[in-house]
Amino acid sequence: MSIDATTPSGKDKPAGSILNDPKIRGIIYQAVTLLLLVAFIYWVAMNTSENLKRANIASGYGFLNGRAGFDVGQSLIAYSSDSTYGRALVVGFFNTILVAVAGIITATIIGFLVGIGRLSKNWLIAKLSMVYVEVFRNIPPLLVIFFWYSGVLAVLPQPKESVALPLNMYINNRGLAFPKPIFDSGSQFILLALVIAVIGSILFSRYANKKQAETGQRMPVLWTVLGLLIGLPLLTYFATGMPISFDVPVAGKFNLTGGSVVGPEFLSLFLALSFYTASFIAEIVRAGIRGVSHGQSEAAHALGVRPGLTTRLVVVPQAMRIIIPPLTSQYLNLTKNSSLAIAIGYSDLVSTGGTILNQTGQAIEIVSIWIVVYLTLSLSTSLIMNWFNAKMALVER
Amino acid sequence: MAKRILTALIGAAVMGIGAQAASATTLGDVKAKGFLQCGVNTGLTGFASPDASGNWSGFDVDYCKAIAAAIFGDPTKVKYTPTSAKDRFPALQSGEVDVLARNTTWTINRDTALGFNFRPVNYYDGQGFMVRKSLNVKSALELSGAAVCVQTGTTTELNLADYFKANNLQYNPVVFEKLEEVNAAYDAGRCDVYTTDQSGLYSLRLTLAAPDDHMILPEIISKEPLGPAVRQGDDQWFDIVSWVHYALVGAEDFGITQANVEEMKKSANPDIQRFLGVEADTKIGTDLGLENDWAVKIIKAVGNYGEVFDRNIGTGSPLKIERGLNALWSKGGIQYAPPVR
Repeated sequence: MSIDATTPSGKDKPAGSILNDPKIRGIIYQAVTLLLLVAFIYWVAMNTSENLKRANIASGYGFLNGRAGFDVGQSLIAYSSDSTYGRALVVGFFNTILVAVAGIITATIIGFLVGIGRLSKNWLIAKLSMVYVEVFRNIPPLLVIFFWYSGVLAVLPQPKESVALPLNMYINNRGLAFPKPIFDSGSQFILLALVIAVIGSILFSRYANKKQAETGQRMPVLWTVLGLLIGLPLLTYFATGMPISFDVPVAGKFNLTGGSVVGPEFLSLFLALSFYTASFIAEIVRAGIRGVSHGQSEAAHALGVRPGLTTRLVVVPQAMRIIIPPLTSQYLNLTKNSSLAIAIGYSDLVSTGGTILNQTGQAIEIVSIWIVVYLTLSLSTSLIMNWFNAKMALVER
Repeated sequence: MAKRILTALIGAAVMGIGAQAASATTLGDVKAKGFLQCGVNTGLTGFASPDASGNWSGFDVDYCKAIAAAIFGDPTKVKYTPTSAKDRFPALQSGEVDVLARNTTWTINRDTALGFNFRPVNYYDGQGFMVRKSLNVKSALELSGAAVCVQTGTTTELNLADYFKANNLQYNPVVFEKLEEVNAAYDAGRCDVYTTDQSGLYSLRLTLAAPDDHMILPEIISKEPLGPAVRQGDDQWFDIVSWVHYALVGAEDFGITQANVEEMKKSANPDIQRFLGVEADTKIGTDLGLENDWAVKIIKAVGNYGEVFDRNIGTGSPLKIERGLNALWSKGGIQYAPPVR
């Protein structure tokens, strides 16, 4: 083809066929792989729809508008058996989010405490933290869930012998019952006061930072913010004539009636996921803190910075850079592990989806919804954590 | 469960390759592999449960055995697939099991949209409630405010919602996927009420820690016709499964039992001769794709319908369920078989 000794075509051009060009070869390989993959997916999709047709199984997402007909134990949004399948899925979705968010927050707090505890100079705290990490990290999450669920069920009494807790709360083997706030007219002002307090706090701390940068004077940020966040809504509450009343749980024929109840299913799943994931987070935190060179804190001490401030302003910001990426994957794990809810009957996305799958027989559709939702949840968590990581990353000047 | 659904999906996707050969006749497939793959309950005393050495027995299991006997003349040529309420349908749809004999209610949705075929009803059931005697409840209408344990993915779950709504009662559903989990939760006092098909309640009560502390309420809130299900699109297989049931009922009608079936072959009654395939030049079995003495093989293997009922769930069993609607049509029930002719 282009091999012609008499017409040399420059030094940098290969003398052989374009097939010998590694760059072009690479592109060809990739194109062929992509083509094969697309063809395979197309074949699977066609085959599936063909087989569904042959087996007389209805397909499509139209069933989501049908009447669900079943009830769900715990729901964050209004839901009854007259609602649609789609709404039942949304109920499950919110329940998944609820347990994931609550679990992530608690796991982070426990994880940081235990992680720092392992580095403590106090022998007992360090050893207890180590035992905690080694125990929970080495048990499958499902067993941790069963441990909490069976523990909760076995230890707690029947509704008639409920254990009374402070603030009109009760606990029994049907869950934790607590007074439900009822918002009368005028309570919207309290919400407004809270919003104003939050905005005020943000503005104030910005102003304080700016002032410190200019003059070196530190203003009492913590106390001002606390005063704003608690004081302002409280003042409004009394000023508007105490518009919030409480629906207190009382003993009914079978269960406590009135108030709000969090079932043992949620409690045990939440506790299990929190404690399980916290053991991993603790190790990540410990690694992060250990990863900061000792010279950094020595330098801070040499400059006369107090130990507390050294930890807060020198060690932790640098440790966070090491902590955040693996922390992200722990958050993702916790969210995905929440699908183990099915074992104890907590109505999460997989559980309600499974019920719908069974009532309608739309296996492929439901599984595809599961995949899309978990994928979206995980990718969103990743995005948020990546943004946080970028914010925390070393700013090089 | 996830594994089953995955199998179903892969099955649905890949089935196409050998689809013509495989789905042409289920009977051919079953004969070729040498055994019947039967979908049963994971463990419901009296209907389907394995003993300590893994041998399955029960009312539904006897149907698996009867079908195997009709095909192979050998009731042991069955492999059992325990299925939960939730994964039973994907298991049948994907072809993982040949027939689903798993106290499954015949509904229009399952008959049409899910792609199954139901015909004979081997057990006429209805949904009931079980409570602790200590609650002093005498009727389901007094259950407002109760926590109710129920298995997810069942018609029971839907009937429950409808019944409480229609009677304007409040309740708090506690749902589990597996029967064992529902049992454990009810036994631990997580809920006040257990609801499922009444036959199931009788069976489950035996497994509780103190069976005598529990009672079954009188209300029956639904029709639950239970029967074997097969995939749509194979009429021959559908006919075989249906006629196995009719043969069991027919045998009881004729008074043919496991003990006297050989004698009955010599009966002068032409109906019985035809039924047992001893009539000259008969095609009573070959038309089904079986041998002419298929009914004899069934009765030898498991007995007639009455024997199957009594042995597993009736007076001869710990469950002691009355025949009720499941008595023969001639004895006040509605079990009825079309003529063998």
